[in-house]
Amino acid sequence: MNRSTLAEPYPTRRTLLRTALTAGVAAPLLAGCVTGGGGDADPAAGNTGARTADNPLGVKAETPLEVVIFKGGYGDEYAKNAETLYTRKHPGAKIDHQGVQKIGEALQPRFVANTPPDVVDNTGASRLDIATLVAARQVADLGALLDAPSFDDPAVKLRDTLLSGVVDDGTFAGVPQTLNFTYTVWGLWYSRSLFAAKGWSYPKTWDDMLALCATIKAAGIAPWTYQGKYPEYINDPLLSMAAKTGGLTLVKAVDNLEPHAWKAPGLIAAAEAFAELAGKGYLMAGSEALSHTEAQAAWSKGKAAFIPCGSWLESEQKGVTPPAFDMVMGPVPARTAGDQLKPTAVQAASSESFLVPAKAKNPAGGMEYLRILFSQQSAKAFAQSAGTLPAVAGATDGLTLSSGLGSVRDAVAAAGPETFTYRFRTWYAPLAKALDDATGELVNKRLTAAGWAQRVQKAADAVARDSTVQKYTR
Amino acid sequence: MRHGRWRFLAGALVPALVLHVLFVLSPYAQAFYLSLTDWTGVAGAAHFVGAGNYARLGGDSLFLDAVRNNAVLLAVVPLATVGIGLFLASMMHLGGRGGRRGIAGSGAYQIVYFFPQLLSLVVVAVLWGFVYNPNTGLLNGALRAVGLGGLARSWLASPALALAAVAAVLVWSSVGFYVVLFSAAIDGIPRELFEAALLDGAGGWATFRRVTLPLVRDSVQVAFVYLGIAALDAFAVVQVMTVGPGGPDGATEVIGLSLYRNAFQYGKFGYASAMGVALFFATLTLAVLALRSGRRDRLEPA
Repeated sequence: MNRSTLAEPYPTRRTLLRTALTAGVAAPLLAGCVTGGGGDADPAAGNTGARTADNPLGVKAETPLEVVIFKGGYGDEYAKNAETLYTRKHPGAKIDHQGVQKIGEALQPRFVANTPPDVVDNTGASRLDIATLVAARQVADLGALLDAPSFDDPAVKLRDTLLSGVVDDGTFAGVPQTLNFTYTVWGLWYSRSLFAAKGWSYPKTWDDMLALCATIKAAGIAPWTYQGKYPEYINDPLLSMAAKTGGLTLVKAVDNLEPHAWKAPGLIAAAEAFAELAGKGYLMAGSEALSHTEAQAAWSKGKAAFIPCGSWLESEQKGVTPPAFDMVMGPVPARTAGDQLKPTAVQAASSESFLVPAKAKNPAGGMEYLRILFSQQSAKAFAQSAGTLPAVAGATDGLTLSSGLGSVRDAVAAAGPETFTYRFRTWYAPLAKALDDATGELVNKRLTAAGWAQRVQKAADAVARDSTVQKYTR
Repeated sequence: MRHGRWRFLAGALVPALVLHVLFVLSPYAQAFYLSLTDWTGVAGAAHFVGAGNYARLGGDSLFLDAVRNNAVLLAVVPLATVGIGLFLASMMHLGGRGGRRGIAGSGAYQIVYFFPQLLSLVVVAVLWGFVYNPNTGLLNGALRAVGLGGLARSWLASPALALAAVAAVLVWSSVGFYVVLFSAAIDGIPRELFEAALLDGAGGWATFRRVTLPLVRDSVQVAFVYLGIAALDAFAVVQVMTVGPGGPDGATEVIGLSLYRNAFQYGKFGYASAMGVALFFATLTLAVLALRSGRRDRLEPA
């Protein structure tokens, strides 16, 4: 059969090459489409008014304000309340409110085109990576806002009304870039009623924890479960334990990507503790494959005594938790008697990141909105409706709290200034991924504590060497 | 007359071409260009970095895991799907008594096999996530019910089993479609050929091997291309169902997932575009090879 007489239904090598070449040539011409944002003209020009005692951020009356809020578990009513307060103070301003779930999808093209909104709640699974936004200079410096008088008391600066660590959480290379509205505390959760019925008491040291686990296991209940599908959940108590042993020196060494930081005795000892927990069979069988909902449901049903989680657990378990379960959170037990931090120290960080885009049309209005959102009235309303601690100090004073939220507030009070948080997860997302993978292997007995430290150190070294990653220090 | 015809043709084609160039070709071309930059995805500016992104691919252990896993899926999923699809289709047509009819109730089977095709892949992945649950899942439950509790495993959390579990879901979700496709192809084979084979004393296997298979070859070839592309993707199932996702420890990482993570979680759109371009050429090569390999000795039922 003569092949040339056949029709050619498929691309030949030549047509393929030709197409590829054409594409290669055309690419730079077309590339303007995604990477050709607007010029450097200041979009906020003329939108700022005079700064007075009553209007410390210089909001120009009647300048419209665009607010984009992540509409997740907390809804967006609280944000609308703050908008009402805003229009009460600046009656001429028209507010364009958008409550969306996919912040990234909604805002990425607008950042690229240099037409972002005036204030953004960059939260939720599809949020934009904050380190990337900061490195791309897309976020405004919030220093003026933090130094402005608070909405409730002109004598007190806004920065002094916040809980410990909140300003640091939003600071990148010395510049405050985001202001987080909620305050999350991490610890171990248990049912107070179950513990009372069995006569168990919450352990203060890791040795007590192991002894209690033996008792719990003998009672036919799995001592621990964890959200195995997402190993970062079991990272939190591990890293908390290490931070308590090694103190803030250890935490900063890790965040600053110092050589051998992950091989610090505190981290190795914490990794050994969790390897032992797994080795002794104290983790509920099958936990390693359970999603957070599945593991938490098993815990709520009393199949496991402890679960590590952040303070959002109580609201997440609404409707699953049996009545009189009385969930409470305890701090991670101390690994050694010579720990640098007190046993009451907790890992705490603020989240629900609000930012004002650098290219916003009304940045003064965006910051004024945040000043109002972080007022006592707005924060109290949020605490009541969302069941979560706001980042504003004293916002839960005088409120009747549920068992879980009450225990979180007590933990924060007991910790005092001894709260700590790691920043590497926000600064270097790929390192967090490598750590999650290694910890998953550690608690499934496929990796030793030493091997774990070596692997994570290697990943940290790789980030440190990578010249394309913007570095931060604290 | 001729002029009017050209005008008509141009009028009909140009809008479609413009749309195609704007929404299909231009994004491709932009991805090629972006793969040579450090674009973050959140700013208008991007710097040209040459082949740097491609050079990094070789040192990215998670990406290499992804390439390995996609290669395994590519070797297993199309072959298993086509094999099962051909078996079921030919049983439905010729598995009955005497080898002339399908087995009883074949019409109903065909509808049942097609069911998974009606579900979105995400729904399939969520459902199979439940099936694989080590404590309350259907799979371990069934094993324990028939006294095989010793075979119960933590399917998605065992490095040795997780990828096989993903592959099984991919096969399960696509086999129904290919049963229908192959059924249609077998329907197109003249009955006399099967009768002649029977008269010549050919058994079931010989009929399948010598008559059915050569005459449905084109459909099988197309199936391999489609399934190959699906195996090089596998993003949805892995992202929804697996531990991590992509785990445990990279055991189910696929290129699409690495790409997604780098672009949307790490803000490395340039690097992610390089992965996309690499995947594009892998897919293209696969399609060309698969289609070429079958071009020789085509058989015409004449």
